[in-house]
Amino acid sequence: MTTDTPVFVGPPTRQISPWAWAHKNLFSNWLNTLLTIVSVLILGWVVIGLSTWIFSQAQWAVIRDNFRLFLVGRYPVQALWRVWASLGLIVAMGGISWGILARNIRLLDRRGLLLLGILAATVVIVLALLTDPRSIALSLGMLVLLVVLAFVGQRLGQAYPPLGTWLPLGWLVGFLIAYALVRGLIGGGQPVKLDDLSGLLLTLLTAIVSIVVSFPFGVLLALGRRSELPVVRWLSIAYIELVRGLPLVTILFAAQLLVPLVLPTGIRPERVMRAIVGLTLFSAAYLAENVRGGLQSVPRGQVEAAKALGLNPVLNTSLIVLPQALKAVIPTIVGQFISLFKDTSLLAIVGLTELLGMGQSILANPQYIGKNAEVYAFIGLIYWICCYAMSIASQRLEKQLGVTHR
Amino acid sequence: MRKWISLLFATVLTATVAVACASSNDTAAGGGGGTSTLDTVLSRGSLICGVNGQLPGFSFVNNEGEYSGMDADYCRAIAAALFDDPSKVEFRNLSAQERFTALAAGEIDVLIRNTTWTINRDTALGLEFGPTTFFDGQGMLVAKASGVTAISGLGGKSICVQSGTTTEQNLTDKFRKLNIPFTPVVFDDEDALYSAFAQGRCQAATSDRSQLTARRQSLPNPDNYLVLEEVISKEPLGPAVRNNDSKWADAVKWIVYSTFQAEELGIEQDNLTQFASSTDPEVKRLLGQEGTLGTDMGLPNDFAARVIKHVGNYGEIYQRNIGEPFALERGLNSLWTDGGLIYAPPFR
Repeated sequence: MTTDTPVFVGPPTRQISPWAWAHKNLFSNWLNTLLTIVSVLILGWVVIGLSTWIFSQAQWAVIRDNFRLFLVGRYPVQALWRVWASLGLIVAMGGISWGILARNIRLLDRRGLLLLGILAATVVIVLALLTDPRSIALSLGMLVLLVVLAFVGQRLGQAYPPLGTWLPLGWLVGFLIAYALVRGLIGGGQPVKLDDLSGLLLTLLTAIVSIVVSFPFGVLLALGRRSELPVVRWLSIAYIELVRGLPLVTILFAAQLLVPLVLPTGIRPERVMRAIVGLTLFSAAYLAENVRGGLQSVPRGQVEAAKALGLNPVLNTSLIVLPQALKAVIPTIVGQFISLFKDTSLLAIVGLTELLGMGQSILANPQYIGKNAEVYAFIGLIYWICCYAMSIASQRLEKQLGVTHR
Repeated sequence: MRKWISLLFATVLTATVAVACASSNDTAAGGGGGTSTLDTVLSRGSLICGVNGQLPGFSFVNNEGEYSGMDADYCRAIAAALFDDPSKVEFRNLSAQERFTALAAGEIDVLIRNTTWTINRDTALGLEFGPTTFFDGQGMLVAKASGVTAISGLGGKSICVQSGTTTEQNLTDKFRKLNIPFTPVVFDDEDALYSAFAQGRCQAATSDRSQLTARRQSLPNPDNYLVLEEVISKEPLGPAVRNNDSKWADAVKWIVYSTFQAEELGIEQDNLTQFASSTDPEVKRLLGQEGTLGTDMGLPNDFAARVIKHVGNYGEIYQRNIGEPFALERGLNSLWTDGGLIYAPPFR
């Protein structure tokens, strides 16, 4: 008697010629043919118009001349090595994590190559804009560092599989070191004030801190809203409904204008800190509702089974309910994070020079008046790269957790 | 057992709020409380200056990442007078909405953000204005080919204007007074406004003259356009400080006046050393070699010399930030001796 596991074979893939494919999908009847032709004409018109503008009409000097300002703003030039060092640290962490997470698969699979391709394209854009050979060498070095450390990380991951569980802690420590480096708190030299950070650096800092802090806060609020203790439940509901009913701009203005009026003289939280607190409080309320949706999707039987096994409520929540709930709402949570990242552009309205604010400052330079299209297109590209990277990361995470196969 | 979760939750909530509130720094500007802002600034060792940060000619970030513009230079002038070092300034970008609150709350020491001096702001809002550093006014930008040379020639024409500003109000008021019809073409966005104007959708665009001149430079053929001499509103722009702090208000006032006086006496950044050996008592008093004009108000006696050394006199500041980049004539901003309004009371 043989006990061979049956081999599952997917449906056969039909090989069809490109011509047949086009006929089937684009020109199957007269309506589709008409739609195809009209769409191609519109697409062609848009693409030609855009590329004419990009390659012949737009004057990209405004980006090239101010590239450093866009990225790090008014960060002191002699201390720029700190930013490079932090970037190196983040890239190294990224490489190692990539290797460890992908320890059991081929490192450069299709998705990996795609990601690397986007990164490389970003670096190429950076190279096209940089004139300083040292910066070009450094950014190429970063890419090499990423790939090399990915392979190192893969070996490490294969040797010690439990390493993966320590990654979040590693990232937290890595981020704190990077932050301390940028602020000049370690590594010697004059510290840089939090309020003096600007450009993309400030955008990233506010977005990352708000995202990281608002997540646990949001989860706690979601649990609080489902709590059986009336006071905790009411407080959570009141908080969520109050904050969700306010526009983000109002909260940011309140943080910048009301806080100094209320606090006694001499106590002045930094403006960036106030903005981060505002973004965090706002985002937490939305996250709480997203997470609550996940909590509701966990079948009652799971909780009852866990109770029957003798798990106490803390273990029940942290080991049974939350993992399933969070897994179910990854797409909405990531959506919330992406929108939070883009919401940081509102800080420009309250006078903080993050990426958009820096762009507006540069546009006020008499040399570059009227170059709005170029500047906004460039800022848009940066936002798109960051958001798309987050989106890809979330897709990988979903795949890793096997959400799609449930 | 569920209580434990709630307890944990409550603890973390409290801790978060506590941490959020505790993160403060003590470098902020002192409000009232008896001591003058002058002493606060001197003991802090730097000036916190509220600027626009996004206005051509007045304050913006240049290629090197430094603040540049006329307002930025006046921030530097104050720092130069107090510390002999124009870099001892912390610039703070402020939006139009938050500027007065920021000043009232002591977030900034002085507001130099193209702020128009009006009676309402001077009295009801509790501000104290320094000398006007730029006399602006709402003007009209027209195409030379249209042959319009005065506002009265704009009857029946369409005029591009930004919505929700006093500019729109002034425009309507002026044309109602002159009793000539016009069609306003209203835009939310300034850039859309000027590109519509360049495409000929309206025969004139209106805004403050300094901004019209700056924008004119960025139009396809600047020489085809003309900013009319006439103005339809008064916009005196200058520094502002908090009320009831005359020591600080005096310091700001006379630092600004010293740039006017220096131009009147012909003292510039380049020839300051020659004037240092001058025998003219007026020059000697201004430069602090004679008398105690500076120390009498709590400033170093050579404050004016420091301002001229680091920033220059009014004419130099004007030329550097407005005159050269935008080719804007001095006009009202000429010295009183040349028929303008720039006038400093005597230094004696």
